[in-house]
Parts: sequence; structure tokens; C-alpha cells
Amino acid sequence: MATGVDTLISPAMEEVKGKWGEARVSPPIAASDIRKWAIATYWPETPPPVYWDEDYARTTRWGGIVAPPDFNPFAWAVRRVAPAAMAQPAGGVRLTNMNGGQTDTYGVPMRPGDVITARSRLKDFNERQGRFGLMLYTFTENEWTNQKGEFVRRRIATSIRY
Amino acid sequence: MTIKVYFEDVSVGDEMPAWSRTTDFMNWNRYAAVNDEFVPFHMDDEAGRKAGNKEGAFGMGNLRYAYLANALRDWIGDEAEIREIGCQYRAINQKNDTLTVVGRVVEKSIEGGENRVKLTTNVMNQAGETTCPGHAVLVLPNRS
Repeated sequence: MATGVDTLISPAMEEVKGKWGEARVSPPIAASDIRKWAIATYWPETPPPVYWDEDYARTTRWGGIVAPPDFNPFAWAVRRVAPAAMAQPAGGVRLTNMNGGQTDTYGVPMRPGDVITARSRLKDFNERQGRFGLMLYTFTENEWTNQKGEFVRRRIATSIRY
Repeated sequence: MTIKVYFEDVSVGDEMPAWSRTTDFMNWNRYAAVNDEFVPFHMDDEAGRKAGNKEGAFGMGNLRYAYLANALRDWIGDEAEIREIGCQYRAINQKNDTLTVVGRVVEKSIEGGENRVKLTTNVMNQAGETTCPGHAVLVLPNRS
């Protein structure tokens, strides 16, 4: 909890606000990654065949297996990069970080073989007094495109730190 | 090819079919494995208590988000599109909670040639508490 500080907004946060960070590129998406994702998120029920049965998926409008919209091709990165929103807040205090929520807008679906490029930026932030004292809300924009340059997903994520 | 819901057949006020999962480590550990989300308070009761949840370990927000997507997909079938999903995490997903995704159509429109249906959504727990209010935008096929 932030006590004894007037603000959690640091000069570093002001500096990176609105600026796109370095792009990240996913490994190629494997059909098996999609299958396992679907099994995990539908557990203990069987996931829809469009996520794992190529013969069936070919009969759909998609013409082949697609990934669930929430699929994360960046899971299991060999090297981890801290997102821009994690620019250290002011005050030098250790804060609790909560996932406040997100809004995702989707374009074309992800498919086996796709390579996704992501870029993100600290879109905005504000702070206010809440039930845990001074609370910092940060809004991160994360944009994904595929290897054809097609729009895949935009996420506006809210992080709450206090 | 499975078309489950046509644009013409949806009206403002309609409710989507409820979709439920009872969650514990069997769900959370599988999700941690695919999303590489091995956060101590999702895996260990003591770590969960240290993080302020007296019941112990608790479930991932991202998994609730997946449940929203899956509930929508199961309702609309493969031929429709999910254009947008948004939600806020308001309450913790405790072990053995039965989470139920619910949604109600609040708007129909045609935008950019797409048949759009907007819903308010939520993920309720077995006590009837709101854990994840949000919204979704779907694109549905025409009957004709």
C-alpha cells in the first residue's frame, strides 16, 4: 500500500506515455498450441472441433483450424520483456498489482503457422484515493497483427496498483 | 459448418444460454500450463493468503475471460464472429466456485456491412454475485 507519498505517477511514466514500445514477434503458432489452449479453457468439456479438427474446420467459413480469440501466442517466451505499463511508479514502495480488466477488439482470427507481431504502449493513467489508499490505474494498449499485416487484436488493459 | 444463431432471430432483451464451469486446480493448472501463468497466488493456498485472500489460492482473471469467449462461441457457432469482449474483474474466483457466464442482447445494428449484436455480459458465482461485468459485440450471419 502506498502511504506517505503524494503521487504514484513517476517521470518515467510521463516519458513513455503514448509511445509505442519495441515490437515483439511470436513464434509460429502450432495447431497443437491451439488444441491445448482450447482443452484447458473448456476443461472438463470437449472444445469445439473448429479449434482442433482440421477436416471439420475445412468445412467452415474459416477453411481450417482457427484459434480461440483469447489465445496467447506469446506464452512461453524464451526472453521476457516488461511491458511499458510496468514503468516503475513513484514513491519507491512495493505495490500490489491487480488485473482490473480489459477490452479486446478482434480482426482476423489466428491460425496455425501465423506469426504475430505485438506492440504496446502506456496509453493513459490516473490515480485516486480508494479503499486501499492511493490507487494508480494504468491503461495499456496492445496491438497485434499477423505476418500479412492484417489486424488481429487490440487490447486495452487496466492495471490497478496500490 | 454450423450456424446456430441468425441475426434476424435475435431481439433486444434476449438472453444467451447460460454457460458454467466449476473451477479448482484442475482448471487453473491447465490454464497456467498453456498461458505460462505460474503466479504463486494461483497455485498455492499459502501464497493466496499472503496476497490477502483468506481462502487461499484463487483463479486467473484471464481464465474467466476465456469462459466469456467460450460461452459466446458455444452460443453463436463457428460461422459467426466475436468482434469485441470487455470485462472488469470485480470479485475473486475462489476454489470450487461455480462460475456462470450470462448475457443479454442490448443493441442490434448494421455497421460497415456487419450484422452486429451487442450484449451486456457477466460471470456470476454460485452465490449470485457479480464477478466480471462486461460487454461483447458479435457479428451474426443473415438467414437469407
